[in-house]
Amino acid sequence: MVEIENLTKDYEKGFWKKKKIRALDGLNLQVEGGQIFGFLGGNGAGKSTTIKLLMSIIFPTEGTAKILGEDISNTKMHSKIGYCPENPYFYDYLKASELMNYFGELFGLDSTERKRKTEELLTKVGLDEKDWNKQLRKFSKGMLQRVGLAQSLINDPEIVFYDEPMSGLDPTGRREIRELIAELRDKGKTVFMSSHILSDIEALCDNVAILRKGKLVATGNLQDLLNKSGEIQEFEINVKGVTAKSLENEISKISGATITAKPNGANIHVTNENDIETVLQINKKTGGNLVSIQPVKQSLEELFVQETKE
Amino acid sequence: MLTTQNNSNTYSKLLSISKNTFREAVRDRVLYNLIVFVLLITACAIFIGELTAGKEARTIVNFGLSAMLFFGVFIAIFVGVGLVSKEIEKRTLYTIFSKPIGRGEFIVGKYLGLCLTLFVNVFVMGLGVTLALLFVGGGNLAFTVWGAIILIFLELTIITAVAILFSSFSSPALSALLTFFVFIIGHFSSSLRDFAENLGSQFAKLFFGAIYYLLPNFSHFEFVTNAANGSVPTFPLIGGSLAYAIVYIAILLSITIIIFNRRNLK
Repeated sequence: MVEIENLTKDYEKGFWKKKKIRALDGLNLQVEGGQIFGFLGGNGAGKSTTIKLLMSIIFPTEGTAKILGEDISNTKMHSKIGYCPENPYFYDYLKASELMNYFGELFGLDSTERKRKTEELLTKVGLDEKDWNKQLRKFSKGMLQRVGLAQSLINDPEIVFYDEPMSGLDPTGRREIRELIAELRDKGKTVFMSSHILSDIEALCDNVAILRKGKLVATGNLQDLLNKSGEIQEFEINVKGVTAKSLENEISKISGATITAKPNGANIHVTNENDIETVLQINKKTGGNLVSIQPVKQSLEELFVQETKE
Repeated sequence: MLTTQNNSNTYSKLLSISKNTFREAVRDRVLYNLIVFVLLITACAIFIGELTAGKEARTIVNFGLSAMLFFGVFIAIFVGVGLVSKEIEKRTLYTIFSKPIGRGEFIVGKYLGLCLTLFVNVFVMGLGVTLALLFVGGGNLAFTVWGAIILIFLELTIITAVAILFSSFSSPALSALLTFFVFIIGHFSSSLRDFAENLGSQFAKLFFGAIYYLLPNFSHFEFVTNAANGSVPTFPLIGGSLAYAIVYIAILLSITIIIFNRRNLK
């Protein structure tokens, strides 16, 4: 669906354009169809640069990329893709319905189809009907985001590229858009999305790629990545009826163990499964009661921090 | 539905882009103000005509057509330099280029949209001048003046192409300044050639000669004074000017497209 090979982008800086800044460094990536693919990275990691390269908004310094088997320089292929940029900005003198109609025209849809699609999609992204005929200059950031997502679907694309699709949305809006993105996958579409909101990525994505300073540092199935990086397992033991202070002395003798005070009890973290028994004995000796023992799975946030740190 | 999408041809895309460019200009209140302003100037010309007894119609033609050219140039330069740069700056191009639109189609569509705006503008102003002429009894001039108006419109289409070319690689302010220089020099083109021929230095001859041949020669489109005297441009003059404009615009837009095709839109 998307094949990226050694994609590299240098930005030229300075008056004579002699200084070069590498925004993307030899990216290789394969994205299969029918999934939601998460594209992660900190600020300036090269996420937006990659998406702009795929959309032919900017041109690569080196490397190639294909979407749906076609080279990215072939704009005819754009009839089968959708795109919503980060913080989308549209012609502010147009009304939402006019913008949808205009973009529909660019795809060659007939007027009946344009009208049907406009109504269907603006409803789907949760834009109030009373706002359909308002000029976009009067729209809030969240409303523009919704229009951005609606316009990306006007041509019934096979694959959509979303750069920070939840940006500017309130919690309800985020939830609605999450559902919309999941629905696209259920219909067999492919979604390629970048996001800073890791909980959204964790909830939606099948596969992810993590970029750091323009380089790919990890890619693969999200669950596999979380499990793989979580080889050093951690266990959390919750106890009550004791104070953290009363356990602290004994717990500190266990290598890698930490203790945190909680109301009416404490949380003890151990990195070795064999230490659980020792903690339980200490707890019993001190007069505490066991509440729960659970393995701590690494979160995407921890994986993200681990992969993107210097 | 994909079949319908694939049928989308260049012509319909150009039409959509130019329609949208026209709509943008129409919703820009400045355009309306200009029309109202020129109509006011025409009304003033009538007043001046009363002061210059017997020459009312001539004064109206001179005043009205000069104002038409002045305001047309103003729109062609200031809207023209913003046609592309504003879209880059506001990032509206991001979503446009994710559609099946070539950069060449975009440039030509935008250009045609502004030409349509100028056409409407010139036409409305022309009607104003005609009405003013009918009002003062210059019946014949009211119709013959349209030949000169056609030439003014053709000149404006070239200036628009110059403005788009400059804006494809430089800032809007610099583009506006350069386009204005081209407009001024283009009107003194013949003098420039004579000046070059009378110069002693070979280098200066080559330099001014090159400017003469490279920059548009707007003397082909100057017909205001003749129109005021009741002359009508001949068909060969209009045909020749039209052919000159088409060739010149085609060259300018081709260069613009070549530059724009290589440009990274940050």
